[in-house]
Amino acid sequence: MNLGSGQGSMSTASSSGAWKAGDVVPDQFPAGLRVLVVDDDPTCLMILEKMLRTCLYEVTKCNRAETALSLLRGNKSGFDIVISDVHMPDMDGFKLLEHIGLEMDLPVIMMSADDGKHVVMKGVTHGACDYLIKPVRIEALKNIWQHVVRKRKNEWKDLEQSGSVEDGDRQQKPSEDVDYSSSANEGNWKNSKRRKDEEDDAEERDDTSTLKKPRVVWSVELHQQFVAAVNQLGIDKAVPKKILELMNVPGLTRENVASHLQKYRLYLRRLSGVSQHQNGLNNSFMGPQEATFGSISSLNGLDLQTLAVAGQLPAQSLATLQAAGLGRSTGKSGLPMPLVDQRNLFSFEAPKFRYGEGQQQQQQLSNSSKQMNLLHGIPTTMEPKQLATLRHSAQSFGSINMQVNAHGNDSSSLLMQMAQPHSRAQILNETTGNHVSRIASSMGQPVLSNGIAGGLLTRNVIVENGRGAGFNPVSQGPSVVEFPMNHTAELPGNSFPLGTNPGISSIQSKGLLEEVSSEIKGSRGFVPSYDIFNELHQPKSQDWELQNVGLTFNASQHANSIPGNLGSEHGNTHNISQHLNTLVDSSSRVKTEKILDPCCEITPFPEHYVQEDLMSALLKQQEGIGPVEGEFDFDGYSMDNIPV
Amino acid sequence: MERTQQHRQVAHMRQSLFDQGLLDEQFVQLEELQDDANPNFVEEVVTLFYRDSARLVLNIDQALDKTPLDFSKLDSYMHQFKGSASSIGAKKVKGECTLFREYCKAGNGEGCMKTFQQLKKDYAVLRKKLETYFQLARQVGPVETACRRK
Repeated sequence: MNLGSGQGSMSTASSSGAWKAGDVVPDQFPAGLRVLVVDDDPTCLMILEKMLRTCLYEVTKCNRAETALSLLRGNKSGFDIVISDVHMPDMDGFKLLEHIGLEMDLPVIMMSADDGKHVVMKGVTHGACDYLIKPVRIEALKNIWQHVVRKRKNEWKDLEQSGSVEDGDRQQKPSEDVDYSSSANEGNWKNSKRRKDEEDDAEERDDTSTLKKPRVVWSVELHQQFVAAVNQLGIDKAVPKKILELMNVPGLTRENVASHLQKYRLYLRRLSGVSQHQNGLNNSFMGPQEATFGSISSLNGLDLQTLAVAGQLPAQSLATLQAAGLGRSTGKSGLPMPLVDQRNLFSFEAPKFRYGEGQQQQQQLSNSSKQMNLLHGIPTTMEPKQLATLRHSAQSFGSINMQVNAHGNDSSSLLMQMAQPHSRAQILNETTGNHVSRIASSMGQPVLSNGIAGGLLTRNVIVENGRGAGFNPVSQGPSVVEFPMNHTAELPGNSFPLGTNPGISSIQSKGLLEEVSSEIKGSRGFVPSYDIFNELHQPKSQDWELQNVGLTFNASQHANSIPGNLGSEHGNTHNISQHLNTLVDSSSRVKTEKILDPCCEITPFPEHYVQEDLMSALLKQQEGIGPVEGEFDFDGYSMDNIPV
Repeated sequence: MERTQQHRQVAHMRQSLFDQGLLDEQFVQLEELQDDANPNFVEEVVTLFYRDSARLVLNIDQALDKTPLDFSKLDSYMHQFKGSASSIGAKKVKGECTLFREYCKAGNGEGCMKTFQQLKKDYAVLRKKLETYFQLARQVGPVETACRRK
C-alpha cells in the first residue's frame, strides 16, 4: 500500500517500523501477521502452513472449527486474520465465519475447492473478506494482510463519523480498497462490493458520497437519555419513533435513533451472550459505563461492524477484564481489557463494560503497564466531544497505532499500527479536522487518539496481548476502535488521555509494551504516538483528556497534544490538554513528548516510521504543524503523500 | 558425469509427469516451498496426501456399494478428495474428480462408478511414479528444476 508518495515508505517501511520500534528493516511488514488456518484436510493444512510461513507470517493451524473457535476465544487478540475452509465436518465454514465476525470481528478469508458463484456469494454475504479457490497459491496468501489493514481502516472511519472524514477521502478509500481486494480468485468486484456493503452498513457513513451528513455524536448524556427511554418503553417495545419522542432532543432524527438502537441491541445481545462470565462484571461495568458510554457513543459513528467488534470485545474483554481484574490483576489483562473497554466505548454497546473495565484497566494499566492500560486509560475520560474528536483521531488511529508502537517499544505494536496507519493516513488526510488524529499518527503512537484509538487500540491491544510483535494492531483493528474513547475511566490517574493509546501500543506488540511498559502503562497514555490524541485528552487527572482531544483535535492544530501524551503518561496531564490544542504544533510536541515522558522509556515517537506518514499527513493538514518529525523524521507533512 | 546424467534423468522424469498431464502448476508451487528448512517438503506432502486420502477412497468405495446411491454424500466425499488432490497438483486425478461430481449431480450412478474406477487407477499410477521420482531425486541431491513449466 502506498499511503502516499512521500510517505510511501510508510506503507512498507513504516509498517515494519511499527513492528519493531523502528529498528526493523522496513520491509518486514507484514511479517509476523498472525494467521489462524482452519481446514480439516491435513494435506491442505500442511501446504498452507508452509506457504504462510514462507510469507513470514506466524501460523497456527487447526483442523477443527471448534478448536479454532476456542483458540480464538481464549486469546482474543491473539490473531490478526483467519483463513478457513468452507466444508468441514464439525461445523460449516460459514457458521464459523459468523461466529468469528460476531465475537472477534477478525477478518476471515474463506477457501474452498468449490468455485461456484453461489458459494462465493455466500462468503460475501456472510461477511468473509475474501474467498480463495483451492488449490491456493502462495501469491494469493501474500496479500492477505491487506484485509487486516483494511478492516482497521474501516473501523477508523466508522469512528470518525463525525464527518471529519472528507468525502473525497472517503471516496478514495473505496477505490483503494478495490485495488487491493482480491486475493485472487474472485475478482475485485466482489471485494469491493463487499467492502461497499460493509461501508454501507456503517450507519450514516458518508462513504463516498460527496455530501457530508452531520453526524450525531452520542454523548454520554445523550446515550443515557436513550437508555432511559428504551428502558421506559421496554426493550421489546422500544421503537425508534417512540424513543425519539421520549428523548425529546432537538435535532435528533429517527434515523439516528434507529441506528443507535440497532447497535444497542447488538450490544445487549452480546452482553447476554457473555453474561455467563461477565455477569458480575457487566453489572459493575454498567454502572460506570454510562459515563464512558457517552463517550463511546460519540464514537459511534461506528457502523455495525464496529459495534460488532466492540461488542465482541466487550464480551471478551469483559471476561478478560473480569478475570484480570476487577481486581486488576495485572498487566496481562491489560490488553484484553483495554480492548474491551475500548471497544465498548465505541460501540456503545460495550460502554458498560468499558467503563467498569476501564477502571480496572486503569489499574491494570498501571499495573500491567503494558497492555491494557493504554487502552483503558485513554478512552475513559473522553468526553463526548472528545470522542468526536477522537474519531478523527481514530482515523489517525492508524497512525496512532503506529505511533504507539512507534513508541519504540515494540516494534510489533508499531507494526500493527503501521499497518493501520497507512489506512489511517488516508483517513487522516481526509479528516482535516482530525488533526489530532493526524498528529497522533504522526506521533507514531498508534495511540489513536483516545477515543478512536481506543477502539482501534482495543483491537490492537487485543492482538497485542501476547504479541508484541507483530501484527497485533492489525487484527485488532476492528475492536480497537472503541478503545480509547471508552476508557476515560480508565485513565489511571495519568492523564492518560489517550489512554487508549497505551492500549494501542500495548496491542501492538506486547513486546513493545513490555519495553514500553512505561508507555504502555496505558495509563500513561502510551499514546505517545498518539500524542496528538493524548494530548488532547490528557486528562489532567484522569479525565481522560480525550475531551480535550476531541475538542482540540479540531483545534488541535495548534494543540500539541502530542507532547501532552507523554506527559499524560506520567501523569503530566498538563501537557495534554494544552497540547491538544496545539496539535498543530505537534511537531514540537512530539518532541516534547519524548521529553515529557521521562518515565516512559519509550521515546514517544521513536521510530515511528509509520507515523511519519501519518503524521505528516496530519501535520500537513494541520497546516504544517511543526513536525513531529523530530523523531519521526517527518519532514514535512506530506500528507498528500500518504498513499491512499 | 554420472551425477549429471542422473540429474538429467530426474529432470526428465519430472518433466514427463507434467507432459503426461499427471501434474500441474500446483506441484511446482510445492516445489518452490521446499527449502533448506524443509528439504523433502514435496515428498512429505504427497505422502500425507496418500495417507489421508486413502480413507476417503475407502469411504467412496463403500458409498458406491450402497443402494440406492446417496449422491449428495458421494459428492461431498469427492469434493473433499478433489480439494486434496488439487492441492498437490494431481491434475489428472483432479479432472476425474470433477467428472465424478458431474455424474453425481446428474444422478448417474453408472457414470460415477466407472469414473471412480478410472480415478483409482490414475491415483495409484501417480503414486508409484512420484515415489520413484522422489527416490531418484533424493539420490541425486538437490536438483535444480530448470525445466519448470511456465
